[in-house]
Amino acid sequence: MPADSSAVRIGLILPDVLGTYGDSGNATVLSKRLEWRGIRATVLPIRLGDPTPSTLDLYVLGGGEDDAQALAADYLRKDPGMQRGAERGAVVVGVCAGLQVLGHTFTTSDGVSHAGLGLLDMATKPGTRRSVGEVVVQLDPRFGTQPLTGFENHLGVSTVGLDSVPLGKVVRGTGNGDQTEGAMRGHVLATYLHGPVLARNPELADLVLGWVIGHPLPPLELPEVELLRQERLARRRAR
Amino acid sequence: MQVTSDLPLRTRFAIAAARTAAAVSRATGRGSGGMIGGRVALKLDPHALRELTRGRIVVLVTGTNGKTTTTLMLRRAVETLAPVTSNGDGANMPDGVLSALAANIEAPFAVLEVDETYLPFVAAQVNPAAIVLLNLSRDQLDRVGEVRKTERELRGAIARLPDTTIVANCDDVLVASAAGAGNHPVWVSTGQTWHDDSVACPRCGRAVRHRPQDRMQWDCLCGLARPKPDWVLNDDYLSGPDNLPERLDLNLPGRVNATNAALALAAAASIGVPLSQAVRRVRSITAVAGRYQRVPYDGRAVRVLLAKNPAGWCETLPLLEPGQPVVIAVNGREADGRDLSWLWDVPFERLRGRRVIATGERATDLAVRLRYAEVDSTAQPDPLEAVASLAEGPVELVANYTAFRDVNARLGDAS
Repeated sequence: MPADSSAVRIGLILPDVLGTYGDSGNATVLSKRLEWRGIRATVLPIRLGDPTPSTLDLYVLGGGEDDAQALAADYLRKDPGMQRGAERGAVVVGVCAGLQVLGHTFTTSDGVSHAGLGLLDMATKPGTRRSVGEVVVQLDPRFGTQPLTGFENHLGVSTVGLDSVPLGKVVRGTGNGDQTEGAMRGHVLATYLHGPVLARNPELADLVLGWVIGHPLPPLELPEVELLRQERLARRRAR
Repeated sequence: MQVTSDLPLRTRFAIAAARTAAAVSRATGRGSGGMIGGRVALKLDPHALRELTRGRIVVLVTGTNGKTTTTLMLRRAVETLAPVTSNGDGANMPDGVLSALAANIEAPFAVLEVDETYLPFVAAQVNPAAIVLLNLSRDQLDRVGEVRKTERELRGAIARLPDTTIVANCDDVLVASAAGAGNHPVWVSTGQTWHDDSVACPRCGRAVRHRPQDRMQWDCLCGLARPKPDWVLNDDYLSGPDNLPERLDLNLPGRVNATNAALALAAAASIGVPLSQAVRRVRSITAVAGRYQRVPYDGRAVRVLLAKNPAGWCETLPLLEPGQPVVIAVNGREADGRDLSWLWDVPFERLRGRRVIATGERATDLAVRLRYAEVDSTAQPDPLEAVASLAEGPVELVANYTAFRDVNARLGDAS
């Protein structure tokens, strides 16, 4: 448990800028999965103009449009609370634009290159066509056993460098663009998958919560979630 | 049916073929005929839209939410001047627009709802007298794409229409940016509070400043700023440049419909309908394409509402009658958008303590969202079976696009 407070503090980073694709739901999922196990949790939305505290336990970033993504990266570089938190070992989860922002650099569709936050060894460039649709990923066995399911909608093609590892191998869809998907380094994890990804993939949610708490969490039975996984994984061949 | 006018032969032939296709579509039960008819006509005569609007006064209504309602309101108001043709069925792609134009080739006015992504194509063909631009927010991201791209395309289309009056919501940053490209803007302040898609400036990408001391004011360092309104909706009163505040007193519920009415009335005034006359006509509307009215079904009184994106839900949640059970139908077909992540941007937490049933083809996605919102719900994939499983009495049924369409068709058949 975090030493400085009895509740796990989850920072929802710039939901007003990186909130286009429903990824704020990841913060909801994380906090409820803690509460339902008797661990208190609070979600703190950090909006544009708010300082980012470096003392939070977990930071969540979502997807956004090109302009919004550049604005977010610029803001977070100048106000590096989250990066300081990550240096301390706080957990960071980024999705889509959030993934790209966590890398060293990203190039937006207008050809302009932007500096990222450098929490992941990753670089992103625009691809030739947008990848839109359901994705299935075979997770690296170090991170879990169940396939990831999610929905991707991005132009970016990301290359993971030697200092980070992809989350797994793409079975259906595009992911990073080279048959890998997402990236991880230490307790910083990123993916292209919406859904939200942690609602559809409870094993991944509990992996990052285990990092925060310091030990694996007991299972949580949610029949709706199991049914949703069956439906989405069964339809992976349909568009 | 005989097409009697001075239309070119090719257009007349295209319309006749379209009517045949529409009749076949209706007879075989495939659809209402609106879309297929238009599609056939546009294939046979690519200039059919231009030909069918020559010499007519055309007003286009576009935006993310409220198009069908605003189109009906404007149509009712303009009908006080002369006959109007309109696509009241919500078929708002080019083929649906063309079907509406072909359905009544004598009407001097056409009031047409147009899908926001097709507005540039349609507007270039029909040379509209006015365009009503309601609002722009995220919707069906996998089909429509990002809303900022839609804004850029609308801005370009409006810049190419120097003579067109643009009636637009100045409290919506994306709308104000697009409409500002026109030479004749009419700005309407509606008190809109959805700003979640306009934090980054659509012109320069910097942060738009929404001033907290006066929420309606906003500006950006690049110079884009809230235009001064010509019309202001204040509570239920609408004031324009030439009139005293007029009470709307609508029969349709909610602030959202007062907003739609404000835009429709400002547009009606721009083509010469006096405000008090227009308000009376708009007030007489009690239902819009199957929405808002209570329909009897198996002992239940079902009110069907459409909500297909977070901004739409934001307006719909306050309309739900306290204490009544809520059935929520969600599909994920192409026309709905296949990515349902947006359900997590809807504050379903407000339904805690109510009886809620998740239904539709993607009922399970919704059931997971409701579970995490700590709303007790059950799942039943068939919307009308969900209604029938409730106690007799009033039921609120909220559906997204194709679910709404299917439910309405089945309720129509049942009654």
